[in-house]
Amino acid sequence: MSAETAEVEVVEKKSEPLFSKKNKKLLTNPLDIDNPITVQILGVCSALAVTTQMKPAFVMSLGLMIVTASSNVVISFMRNSIPSRIRIIVQLAIVSLWVILVDQILKAYVYDVSKQLSVFVGLIITNCIVMGRLEAFAMGNKPWPSFLDGIGNGLGYGLILMTVAFVRELFGAGSLFGFKVFESMGVRYTGNGLLLLPAGACILVGIVIWIQRTLNGHRESH
Amino acid sequence: MENLINIGIRSVFIDNMIFAYFLGMCSFLAISKKVKTAIGLGVAVIFVIGITVPINWLIQNYVLVPGALAWLGDDFKNIDLGFLQFIVFISVIAAITQLTEMAVEKFSPALYGTLGIFLPLIAVNCSVLGAALFMVGRPYNLVEATVFGIGSGTGWMLAIVALAGVREKMKYSNVPAPLRGLGITFILVGLMSLGFLSFLGFSI
Repeated sequence: MSAETAEVEVVEKKSEPLFSKKNKKLLTNPLDIDNPITVQILGVCSALAVTTQMKPAFVMSLGLMIVTASSNVVISFMRNSIPSRIRIIVQLAIVSLWVILVDQILKAYVYDVSKQLSVFVGLIITNCIVMGRLEAFAMGNKPWPSFLDGIGNGLGYGLILMTVAFVRELFGAGSLFGFKVFESMGVRYTGNGLLLLPAGACILVGIVIWIQRTLNGHRESH
Repeated sequence: MENLINIGIRSVFIDNMIFAYFLGMCSFLAISKKVKTAIGLGVAVIFVIGITVPINWLIQNYVLVPGALAWLGDDFKNIDLGFLQFIVFISVIAAITQLTEMAVEKFSPALYGTLGIFLPLIAVNCSVLGAALFMVGRPYNLVEATVFGIGSGTGWMLAIVALAGVREKMKYSNVPAPLRGLGITFILVGLMSLGFLSFLGFSI
């Protein structure tokens, strides 16, 4: 949980447009230089576990985006009335309410994906992105910027998830969203089993970080 | 007894929380720079998982499962509280973490000083909630659940201490600049996870 406390000073004037420059930054920063997975080290567990195929990865990103954005908004509305000693329990209670909603909806409409995701939907509760953004952003900002921050971080998370899932499903199983790509082109393809293993995911995320940091110049000492 | 040892070994090595399920990765990556802090956090995690898994087992089997409330009388036979699972489990975990923090602060201020900030973070360590949810999915009894909890915690500690050991040595290697820090750590975890694969099929 090394959430870089994104101290975005929102000194809003009364007539600030909904998509001011600052608010747009809230959406675009998490996609690259402030990415929740590759820079803030939040929400790594699920990113590795649900990315063997694109479909669960997509559902998971969507679920996480909804939960982060909506609990950000709720916490932001309540931020001045939560006693700081028990804030973790209050935050967890609100997050788990949203997660229960998402879980029940998934079970009702896409049961097979819900089975595939197994415990990981429940684990959105302890997904550090949600808690990290609540602590670092929603506790100190107004509802609308908090909502954008939630959506932005959900998108940043989804971007990495979809990239990793794309490579893993394409080269691990030779398909995309369950559609057999290589077979339909008439090529016989033997899946690379390593990519489907947990180890493959780790190494792949490492490489994604490498590429991203080469491009945007972010560096760590050690 | 043999069964218990088997569950213990399985949860430490084969179904290792980190290398097989990737649970608790966030603190695993963030707090593995030094062996000493890694050991402190590992002990705290073992303690919390070891307590919350049996408590959640009791709650699951005597309150949440369909028909579990039958001990209150015939009127309660058809109640299914399963949908409350997440919120109940996470509340138990948060409460136990808070209690642990208070107890440690009162009885061993020295240990509290070393663990300090890591204690409250355990509430959002996915491996704790993950262990509780896996426990529900497997047909364990109370003793087996306890062994499973302690085993999972031990596996987690083993992993974080091992990684911290490797990372301390990484200081002396010349890693490409963009790969430094998080990037190389991920690749390390991948390689270590490959090593742990050799435990597959291992049973007593």
